[in-house]
Amino acid sequence: MSEQKKTNIILFSGDYDKAMAAYIIANGAAAYDHEVTIFHTFWGLNALRKDEPIQAKKNLLEKAFGKIMPRGPEKMGLSNMNFMGIGPKLIKKVMKKHNAMPLSDLIEMAEEQDINLVACTMTMDLLGLDKAEMRETSEYAGVAAYLAEAEDGGVNMFI
Amino acid sequence: MNADKVLDAKGLACPMPIVKTRKEMKTMNTGEILEVQATDKGALKDFQAWAKSSGHELLGTNESDDVLTFHIQKG
Repeated sequence: MSEQKKTNIILFSGDYDKAMAAYIIANGAAAYDHEVTIFHTFWGLNALRKDEPIQAKKNLLEKAFGKIMPRGPEKMGLSNMNFMGIGPKLIKKVMKKHNAMPLSDLIEMAEEQDINLVACTMTMDLLGLDKAEMRETSEYAGVAAYLAEAEDGGVNMFI
Repeated sequence: MNADKVLDAKGLACPMPIVKTRKEMKTMNTGEILEVQATDKGALKDFQAWAKSSGHELLGTNESDDVLTFHIQKG
């Protein structure tokens, strides 16, 4: 086999379906023995949030942001047909029927496959997200870390 | 065909058949044959592509009663 290939995904979206697509591709790429990194930025950061409430030192605006944004993958909405939260419930039912893995399981699978889950620290500051709220496996970096991975990466995508 | 190991991936959806196959392959020795059973319809193309890219050889594919059976030799 040739040298290890890389897959880099920027997860910008905080939609359940889009995050699912990102994590399915990431897990597939890991099965291809790629070194895989998902860079979470803006709304995509919510995929790395723990689902329980965490006390962190925050100002009023940051607290409000934290309340409005989905706490963890299973609280995310759909990019289409969300119907004020009914859509995700329906799609999860269908997913169960077809044995598709829920997003939270896909994220655990990604951790098992040693996929690098990177959180963009600049947007964490903007959205008022604290490291204490994020999954323990999260790594923290900025645009330079992404570019270092991406410039010699085989697969690059923005979701 | 005689397989050294059999992996039941029936009922699993994308990307699990490939993820599990890769995991199983890691435990095997070069030259050994893994049999994978899957029902995911995308698996046909997936396994052809995956074997090629990962340096394994897809020895044969069988389809019966909606179950796809692959024999892959570790490369």
